[in-house]
Amino acid sequence: MKLPAYLRSLAAKFLRASQTEAEMEEELRGHMQCRADDLERSGLDRVEAERRASVEFGGKARFKEEVREALGGNSVETFVKDVRFSLRVLRKSPGFTIVAVLTLALAIGANAVVFGLLNALILRPMNLPQVQSLYGIDRVGSDAPTQSYPDYLDLRDRNRSFDGLAAYRITEAGLDTGENPSRVFLFETSGNYFDVLRIQPYLGRFFHASDEHGPNSAPFIVLGFAYWHSHFRDDRGAVGRVVQLNKHPFTIVGVAPPEFHGTLLFAFPDLFLPMVNAQQVHEGNPLTERGNRWVYLALGHLKAGVTPANAIADLNSIGSYLERTYPKVDGHVNYSLSRPSFYGDFLGSRVRAFVAGLMLLAGLILLAACANLGSLFAARAADRSREVALRLALGASRSRILRGLFTEALLISLVGGAVGLWGSVGLLRGLSAWQPVPRYPIHVALNPDANVYGIALVLALVSGLLFGLVPVRQVLGTDPYQIVKSGSTGAMGRRITVRDSLLVVQIAICAVLVTSSLVAVRGLVRSMHGNFGFEPRSALLVNTVLGMAGYHDGQVPIMQRRMIDAVQKIPGVESVGLVDWLPFGGSWDDTPVFTDETADMRPSKAAAVPFRFSISPEYFHAAGTPLLAGRIFTWHDDKNAPLVAVVNQEFARKVFGSPTGAIGKSFKMQNGMRIQVVGIVEDGKYRYLTEDRQPAMFAPMLQSPSSTSSLVLRSSHDPGQLAAAIRSTLRDLDAGLPTYIETWDSQLDLALFPSRVATMALGVLAVLGAMLSITGIFGLAAYSVSRRLKELGIRLALGARRKEVLEAALGRALKLLAFGSAAGLILGILASRILAVMVYQATPRDPLVLAGVVLAMLLLGLLATWIPAQRALSLDPLTLLREE
Amino acid sequence: MSSQAQLLPGTLDLLILKAVSLGPLHGYGVLLRIGQISGQALLIEQGALYPALFRLVRQGLLDASWGTSENNRRAKFYVLTPAGRKRLREETDGWNRLAAAMGSVLAAQPEEV
Repeated sequence: MKLPAYLRSLAAKFLRASQTEAEMEEELRGHMQCRADDLERSGLDRVEAERRASVEFGGKARFKEEVREALGGNSVETFVKDVRFSLRVLRKSPGFTIVAVLTLALAIGANAVVFGLLNALILRPMNLPQVQSLYGIDRVGSDAPTQSYPDYLDLRDRNRSFDGLAAYRITEAGLDTGENPSRVFLFETSGNYFDVLRIQPYLGRFFHASDEHGPNSAPFIVLGFAYWHSHFRDDRGAVGRVVQLNKHPFTIVGVAPPEFHGTLLFAFPDLFLPMVNAQQVHEGNPLTERGNRWVYLALGHLKAGVTPANAIADLNSIGSYLERTYPKVDGHVNYSLSRPSFYGDFLGSRVRAFVAGLMLLAGLILLAACANLGSLFAARAADRSREVALRLALGASRSRILRGLFTEALLISLVGGAVGLWGSVGLLRGLSAWQPVPRYPIHVALNPDANVYGIALVLALVSGLLFGLVPVRQVLGTDPYQIVKSGSTGAMGRRITVRDSLLVVQIAICAVLVTSSLVAVRGLVRSMHGNFGFEPRSALLVNTVLGMAGYHDGQVPIMQRRMIDAVQKIPGVESVGLVDWLPFGGSWDDTPVFTDETADMRPSKAAAVPFRFSISPEYFHAAGTPLLAGRIFTWHDDKNAPLVAVVNQEFARKVFGSPTGAIGKSFKMQNGMRIQVVGIVEDGKYRYLTEDRQPAMFAPMLQSPSSTSSLVLRSSHDPGQLAAAIRSTLRDLDAGLPTYIETWDSQLDLALFPSRVATMALGVLAVLGAMLSITGIFGLAAYSVSRRLKELGIRLALGARRKEVLEAALGRALKLLAFGSAAGLILGILASRILAVMVYQATPRDPLVLAGVVLAMLLLGLLATWIPAQRALSLDPLTLLREE
Repeated sequence: MSSQAQLLPGTLDLLILKAVSLGPLHGYGVLLRIGQISGQALLIEQGALYPALFRLVRQGLLDASWGTSENNRRAKFYVLTPAGRKRLREETDGWNRLAAAMGSVLAAQPEEV
């Protein structure tokens, strides 16, 4: 049947149904009247006649029911009746309904949100053509899948597995479209990038491999759709315009399609630039230095018939070729393949582990919710055993009653699911729009799709069936005769039931969540006040990339010096330092160093691979890094002076064997240059909060100039006013210089991001878990009180004290709570070890955490048992016994 | 009570068809008619009549239409459809055969075996 016809027939069925119903009623009434007429004629008065007629007729409702069944057991109609009946029943106990719906809404909402994450981050492939054959190349054992440009060229040209190999890097630059220069995030890509990815332009054209003719030969840019939309106001004339990127002219050749956001899942570039022009955006000779691994990721489609294993073998043979040919810079390397969406496996595996962990927890929460609702339903079925018995006695079939109960369960689960989904969609939308780190374009499109809706629906139905099943046995076992005669009976079973164990498990889960979220919160608080090797409080950062304003080579240090001097003069500024890569800034520079005695300069022989910073003399003052021995730099440590460095303790330990006595000694860089250590500073954190001690070296900026630089200002003045003063000072120096000013504390957001996310997620789940535990314990306690009302009443009547009554009523629930909490606390402490990966200084061996967990669980128990306890205490034995 | 026979399962439909075949009847009338023609030997539980009536209408053996009863009450009258008439014939034949068979079985004497 076609859909419209089907709908019509369904509608007709409903109309006819209500009509038949009315007719049936009228006919039966007519019958009774006729009978009453006859009886009246035989001498009864009218009232008595009608009464007799009605009695003789028998159960009208039952016959109507039979008529309905005779009419074909209209399933739609009975279903609608069931729904109506359930609604009526549910409306009669709003407390129960609201608790049940909320419980499910929370549990299903949490699952939908986490599934939304899982879906967006892991399940849903990137929106790229033939994405299933697209792989990125990872370096096994390395933190990042980066390559140097010459290595990338070798990989591209020598492999036989990929249908073209593209590469990209994300970076920032100053874009001048004739208005104020602004900072943009861009992908520097290989010329073949769009062709390898099989993307077609929205407007104009893309650049291609054929546009590349050596360094700086392709002054073209492609705009991202969103950037074109917001900054060029959808102006089709933008294509063909020439704009300035870091003061170099580039022609806009095209606009990428709206659904294409580059090949990173969590950061969308504003525009795309050919990699051969990289020199114009950053310094040095990035295209020719084989040791400079700045290309983020090489990626491509595997050729048809090539398996990933084949491709890895192919890549590894290129790796050993590189090792043989360039022993000085290319050490032994093994390649692997990864999905390109997460910048290789380094980030991907962490994200996957995190989301999988969340999904597991969310699933547990849903199970706990089902266990809860099952208990609630069972308790309700017990409370309603009289009603059920009556209905059975009046001729309702057991299947009809069960169908009613299931309808109730499904109604609750669907409404709960809908509410939960509604909330989660809002939350996911919010998360999509959220920019956790304002400076970087990090955000993930989490928009829920059909998968999310489908999962929520399935979860709702499955959980409805699950908790609807719990009271089935109870109903099937109902003996109407017994119950109507003696009221609901049955003392609470003394044995450990499934429901009890479910509750213990649930409380344990809750305690785990509470423990780990408290551990995370404490870790986060501590890491915000931790020792980073610098002091972020009352420090301001001024980030400039001089390259964006067209400064090059020799001009850079001069301008930097002028900036330092100018900013130094601003009232309230105590000290100003300059550093090229800020700790936790998301970018870093590391380089192998060798002991003075080493002659073999292969990377594998390096004494250490320290982070390298290029700083101004005042940097340590401004950053608050304590100098332990030796001296800091002066402006005389310039190109004409001997090369010097300040190193941290770990560097000294690794390269010289001990932190003391390193001063005055020398070490070598890979190019053979000798550098003398003149000072030692305290160890700090440089890349991640959770990293182990890392070696670091600091070089004077005049000896290793860098156009990327951040000024660090120490001042107790108001950051807002200071920022305005700095901006105007710098504008006086160069109006075309893009600057970005923030406090050092807020810059740490990026470093604290994983901890924050973990803490937040755990916190939310812990709250959910706590709420479920409360309803669970409440359910059990309320059930046990209501089942034993009579017993409690008798006890009270016989003079039992309040304490004894409470013990009898709630002892079991409290025992389960204690047991579950203890188990959860121990598990939580064990689980916190895993947490230490994401949250700095997460340790459960913290009296505050332990006390917090115990307190939280106690509170929870108190909250949950409050109402049942009140009910048990306010029992009036007299009323109770009379009623029974 | 002893003068009343228990209805065999399945015979109610046949009784109704027969009653209606003698002229259009409303529900209560069907009951009266059955009582009358059976000499009050067959008594039907009043409410149980209606599921059977609706079933027969649904099977197309009876037709129903609203009218006015002898004491001026609105009532639904049932008439036999051609299909119902055919069914009545078949069922009557079946019943007669069964009754005859049952009768001869029950009347059997030892010497006839």
